[in-house]
Amino acid sequence: MVKKSSGFLAGAAAVLIKDITSEFRTRYAINALVMFSLVTLTVVSIAIGRSNLNYDLAAAFLWVIIFFSAISGLGQSFIKEEEARTIYALRLYANPLAVFAGKFIFNSLLLLFLELIFVPLFFILLAVECGNILLLFLVILLGSLGLTGATTIIAAIIAKASVKGALFAVLSFPILLPLLVAAIGATEIAFSGGVFADAVRDLKLLVSYPVIMMTASTFLFEFIWNE
Amino acid sequence: METQNNRRNTKMNFELRASDISKSFECLPVLKNITFEVSAGEGLIITGANGSGKSTLIRILSGLNRPTSGEVIFSADGNIVHREDRRLYYSLVSPDMQFYEELSARENMIFFIRIRGMQSPDIEMNEVLGRYGLQGRGNDLVKSYSSGMKQRLKYVVALLSKPEVLFLDEPTSNLDEAGLELVDAICEEQKKRGILVVATNDKRDFKYGEKIIRLSGRGSRSTD
Amino acid sequence: MPGILKYILLISMSAVIILVWIMDPPQSTLGDISRIFYFHVPSAWVAVLAFAVGMFNSIGYLRKREMKFDIRAAASAELGLMFCILATVSGAFFAKKAWGTYWNWDPRQTSIFVLMLIYGAYLALRSAIDSEERRAALSAVYSILAFITVPFLIFVVPRIYDSLHPSNTVVNAGGKIQMPPPILTVFLVSLVCFTIIFFWLYGLQSKINIYLRNKKRAV
Repeated sequence: MVKKSSGFLAGAAAVLIKDITSEFRTRYAINALVMFSLVTLTVVSIAIGRSNLNYDLAAAFLWVIIFFSAISGLGQSFIKEEEARTIYALRLYANPLAVFAGKFIFNSLLLLFLELIFVPLFFILLAVECGNILLLFLVILLGSLGLTGATTIIAAIIAKASVKGALFAVLSFPILLPLLVAAIGATEIAFSGGVFADAVRDLKLLVSYPVIMMTASTFLFEFIWNE
Repeated sequence: METQNNRRNTKMNFELRASDISKSFECLPVLKNITFEVSAGEGLIITGANGSGKSTLIRILSGLNRPTSGEVIFSADGNIVHREDRRLYYSLVSPDMQFYEELSARENMIFFIRIRGMQSPDIEMNEVLGRYGLQGRGNDLVKSYSSGMKQRLKYVVALLSKPEVLFLDEPTSNLDEAGLELVDAICEEQKKRGILVVATNDKRDFKYGEKIIRLSGRGSRSTD
Repeated sequence: MPGILKYILLISMSAVIILVWIMDPPQSTLGDISRIFYFHVPSAWVAVLAFAVGMFNSIGYLRKREMKFDIRAAASAELGLMFCILATVSGAFFAKKAWGTYWNWDPRQTSIFVLMLIYGAYLALRSAIDSEERRAALSAVYSILAFITVPFLIFVVPRIYDSLHPSNTVVNAGGKIQMPPPILTVFLVSLVCFTIIFFWLYGLQSKINIYLRNKKRAV
């Protein structure tokens, strides 16, 4: 009986379900994400007081907070497996790409869940108005996928480093810079009530960035995984 | 079901061959020129002092680490099995390997069944757990398990897939008398199904294998 | 490096240095400060070239798993960072004189700055990993990942601010070379010299890294 490697989707789903169950019971990542974004938002809100924010400044704040929250929480995905020494079983038994896909979807869901709490609070506390909510919704969705697309593979690299510290932010920032610039640009257009046609340039990047990152990750992930 | 049983019964010849394996960490040699082969029905014992590279050799054989030079070949009926497919044939019980503490034993089992891409778990889990002395504890979180119970659970998970090659690193650590008997039975059964590789320092465990490799730390070895 | 090449380099580099000072400055409106162009642009070019060399070595390592590729990748990153700093600093002096401030987030300033961040991140990652093979593989993956983002950067950076860079120095908008022949000649010779110097240093740095590695191995 020759066995064949199969069940990519089943494997990815298993990793996703396992991570969600773990997260529900321990709340490691979500606590870090929510608390970090709340603290930062509070600081910004107190600092600007009652003055009105420009659209460009508000858009920059929104993404800077999302970026650093993501950095504070999403790194755990692989570090936890390494520290709890569950990584060996995973490496021995799982299809590497299924693990990557499961972790990527889990991180994306986690970040979107955070934004569900954080973005309304952002509007309430900073008194920003949004002219085109549909565009903002799309930008946040695409931007988050790009963010997790790049940070998931970087988190896998970090998990193998002996000194972790601030490495996650240091490695992520140069790679995420184009995505952040485009996301901030498109968010500014959404705030000021621009139409989709105004943001086409940014949206193109926001769509192609996650696609390219995922493609690169499928090639590169196994090199990290087998280390 | 019957055809599957027949296929299982018509014995395939599995062979695990290590040729000239060396491994060094940061230029420090740990293993040097290890060569051997084991086929289905045989057990291999790897022994040696602490730090002589037993666990490293197990990791290299199971594909978790890459050797610095040399290669490990696993073949089924003469056909070489690809690196990516080996995970379907191998199982490992090792102190390095831990379970998800925040999940129950049953959830851990389901997880490992699914990531290995095995068909729907048609086994009765309570029954399996009972056979390994964990009856009634399937829904408890692994966090609450004693180290001996965790060791038993490792056997449960490793044997779910009826592996053709079973790697055991310190197989009897943390086990009580009943646990030791269980390991005896598991090893007997494994050799009927395929290959058994055991890394141990416990003389008691030497009976599991016919071939023995002694690692002496500084790279040399003897085989008989 | 062959000895004859060293002499050619000595002569041509000396000629460039002398000519840069006796010829008219490349941009008459900016005056003497624009002479920096002969050294600034080649430094920036070498910083980018080192990035590409590093990526090819990274791919080489992942394919062949030979340590020499990793050693070369590290050498090119170390040199790349150095040339990056040279280009940034010389550019900042030029910017102060020509545009009034040291830093303007001009597209090319932004690009070279991001390149510096990437080199910094790459070297930080290397120093954070103990195991040699693991360091080689992980930093190779990171350098490829960073290289993939470069097209996005080119796409996104120019519209942060309009360029202040003298746009018609080397190649004008239509892609035509627009420089008086003597200036162009000296510039091209300087570019070639910098490139040769880079590969020379790169060979030496690789040798040094191999030597240090063997010394560590002997201990």
